[in-house]
Formats: sequence, C-alpha cells, structure tokens
Amino acid sequence: MSEAIVSLEEAREDAYSMPLEDLNPAQAELFEADAIWPYFERLRKEAPVHYCTTSEEFGPYWSLSKYEDIKAVDMNHEVFSSEGAITVDDPDADFELPMFIAMDPPKHDAQRKVVAPVVGPANLAALEPIIRKRVCDILDSLPIGETFNWVDKVSIELTTQMLATLFDFPWEDRAKLTRWSDVATANEESGLIESEEQRQQELLECLAYFTELWNERINKEPGNDLISMLAHGESTRNMDPMEYLGNLVLLIVGGNDTTRNSLSGGLLALNQFPDQMSKLREDPSIIPNMVSEIIRWQTPLAHMRRTALEDYVVNGQQIKQGDKVVMWYISGNRDEDKFENADDFMIDRPNARQHIAFGFGLHRCMGNRVAEMQLRIAWEEILNRFSKLELVGDPVRVRSSFVKGYLELPVVLA
Amino acid sequence: MAKITFITHDGEKHSVDADNGISVMNAAIDNLVPGIDADCGGECSCATCHVVVEDKWMAVVGPPGDREESMLDLNPEREANSRLSCQIPVTDDIDGIVVNVPEFQM
Repeated sequence: MSEAIVSLEEAREDAYSMPLEDLNPAQAELFEADAIWPYFERLRKEAPVHYCTTSEEFGPYWSLSKYEDIKAVDMNHEVFSSEGAITVDDPDADFELPMFIAMDPPKHDAQRKVVAPVVGPANLAALEPIIRKRVCDILDSLPIGETFNWVDKVSIELTTQMLATLFDFPWEDRAKLTRWSDVATANEESGLIESEEQRQQELLECLAYFTELWNERINKEPGNDLISMLAHGESTRNMDPMEYLGNLVLLIVGGNDTTRNSLSGGLLALNQFPDQMSKLREDPSIIPNMVSEIIRWQTPLAHMRRTALEDYVVNGQQIKQGDKVVMWYISGNRDEDKFENADDFMIDRPNARQHIAFGFGLHRCMGNRVAEMQLRIAWEEILNRFSKLELVGDPVRVRSSFVKGYLELPVVLA
Repeated sequence: MAKITFITHDGEKHSVDADNGISVMNAAIDNLVPGIDADCGGECSCATCHVVVEDKWMAVVGPPGDREESMLDLNPEREANSRLSCQIPVTDDIDGIVVNVPEFQM
C-alpha cells in the first residue's frame, strides 16, 4: 500500500479496497501527500479501535480514531502510560532522552510544575506587547506583490523569535533553535539529516550550547526564562545531562513546530475556504474562535502514543498489557460525531474550542495559551495590513506521521 | 435550585439561577458567564473551568477530589480555594455561593 499514492482519489481507492486488518495509517508518505484522510475515514466507520500488524517500521500498534475513545484513553493515565515513549516510533535505546511529556506522575507533575509558570497567566500578560511588536516587525518586512515562502518568512521566524524570548536565548543565534527543533523530530527519510548519528551529534551540540546557558544562569538570581527555571527548580536542578537535553527538546519542539504549522495551516485553510476569508474580513472579532478552528483543522501534532500498563477494553476491543496505543488526534478532530462537516474549515464553528489537538488530562498542552495568543495576534496584525493573501502554488508538506506541517507555502501578498 | 454569583477578574458580578443536578460550570456556560472555557465539556480533564471559591463557601463545597486535585496541581495560578467548577454539583446547599473567575484559564 501507498508506494505510489499521490492523490486523494488513489488514496480513497486504496483505503477502501484493502483488507481492514492491513490498514496502516502510520506512514509518513501518506501525510506528506495529504492522502491520509480516507484511511482514517474508514477506520472511524469500520474499526474505531484498530489493531495494525503490518507495520515493519513500528511493529504492532492500536489506532484510536474516534474523538471520545481518544479522550477517554488520554484521560486515563493510570492505565495508559506515557513513560519512555509518546510517539508510535520507539526511541533509540542508545540515545534515550527523558522528558516530562514522556513520564508518568509523580515525576511528570513535579518537572512540569517547574516550567509551567513561563507560559502562565502572569507571564502571558507581560509577553503580549513583546509578541505584538515582533509580529508587526516581521509582517512589515514582507515583500508585496512577489512570491515568497510563508513558512520561512512568517511561521518559522515568528515562532523562533518567541522561543528565543521564552529561553532568553542569544538573539543572533536563534536560527539554531529552528534547526534543533527540526532535527529533533527528523529521521533519515525526512531529508533533513543524513543519518541517525548526525541527528544525535547535532543534539549533543544543542546540549553543549544550553549547558553554557545553564552555567551562566545557575550563578545568577532566578529569572523568568525557561533555562533559569530549570536550573533553579527543585525538581529539575539535579537532572542529568540527557534529561536536561530531553526537556529542552520537548520545550523547543513543543514551542516551535506546533505553532509554526498552525500559522501556516491557517493561511492554507483560508485559501481553501475563501468564503471564510470573507467572513473574517467582515467580522474580525471571530479571530479567537478562528484560532481554535485553525488548531482543530491543522492538528499540528497528528498523534500521541501511550503504552497499556494492564489489559483494558476500549470501545469493545481488548487491549493487552504492553500494547502500543496511538491516539490519532488528527482523526478525532475530523470525527463527524463530534464536529459537523468536520473536514470543512468554519471560523465560527460553535464547538471549535473542544478540539483534541492539545490532548486532554495531565499531559494536556502546557503552552496552549501562548500558542493561541501568538496566532491571535498574528491574524489581527495580518488583517490590519494586507488586503490579499494568495496561495500561488502547491504546499510542500512534512514527511512525518507525527509532526503535521509544511515546508513550503508560496504566497503573494497585496 | 441555587443562585450562583460569579465575579470576573475585573470585578463584574454575574448572578445566575441554576437547577439542581447540573454543575456550576454548566450554569456559567448556559448563562454566557465570561471567563469559563470548559474545553473538555465537563470531564475534569482540561482545567479550563477554574474558579476560586469564597472562603465561607469552601466548607460547603469541600476540597477537590483526587483527579481534580491532580489537574489543579499543574496550574501555576492555583490558590487554596481553587476548584474546577465542572466538579461542583448544583444543590440547594450552595444557594447563594460566590466564586471568583480568574483572568485566564490555563
């Protein structure tokens, strides 16, 4: 399956003609080709809790594709563990990066609490004017009337600046953050790196760089940036180097890839649904709800994975202790039983906020409010400036079943 | 039946009448009280219906349950009287209750 799936029509034919048990949605090529949809559509209808045994890459795994099943498992951290791995891909045993997203309570809670204030309400209020200024500077520098890549010039630039602010990272080196974010989730297939050795090498360079920042901040009074919080936090100050690196990777990827791809996804959605662009121009007060709808429609992280700690029945299917369970947020957000006309982008969708892209339960996205704020400000300022945002070529998508995003979106502004 | 007063962060009071059996969160949503998001729909799994209960009502509503406690515990703005309003059922006992709604839900 999927060797040469390049169009949605072919994908539909393929998805519905194969035996159900052969269906394997964890294929990066299907995401890259934007051809994954019919596979999830069939799973939601015919096998909402589905066991795949045909993945040579990841071994056997369960797929949850319905909103309510995903939510129930996400909330049940006592049975469905995050310990050690939170994607369908198991980490390399020689290069394990402990990070709190991949831990269970109580350690998860203790470490998360150290860094949560950086994206807490008090800090958010302080951040808003800074974000707005940076958004304005970026938007004011964009060319008018000529084609450029929105991903590079807007989405990456804005989220990288934001991340550099949260880390109080040396400004001139901030492009390193983008690179480390990309490398952290890359594999040899992605084209970003040549080999796993190269990936590990680059991440160790990341660690070395951040170790200098740690040493600099541990010797100062506690500050409001993430590094200082980790260095001074009771539950984090004695982390070993790989654990420090793991949590850095978590904060870099969590704060970067996700918002970046939602910033790109919003532009694509408004181009694919031009009536929504008109509606937005007529009533910009819809922006906060549109932000939730963008996050639902894009779902920048396509899945999270859990491991069953005991035998457990989900929606009639017997999951066994030790089984890998993949919660396909991307599919839950297109579940017609939860969202009417779920494939449509509707900026005034009444229940957009109930999207499952942030997850539910203890591991619910920590930076959700910062992400929403960035997207809200970006769209407020975009509408203030440009009368037209036209997509002039096909998007190039990331080859991954985890990070659902874009490499290129050619755009012309007026 | 109970009268519930929500005080938003800017001091505005919203008093609503609620039937027994629903939650304080539902009472806020049904009456469009600002500041309560309730993204998960009332299952104690998102913590976006956070309220701070006035002191004298804490004894009536009691402390958070275990699951609620674990969600609240992750909120940097958690206070001693913090509760998730989806976990407070409306009963005659809470008639007159006053809760404060924080400026931001996490």
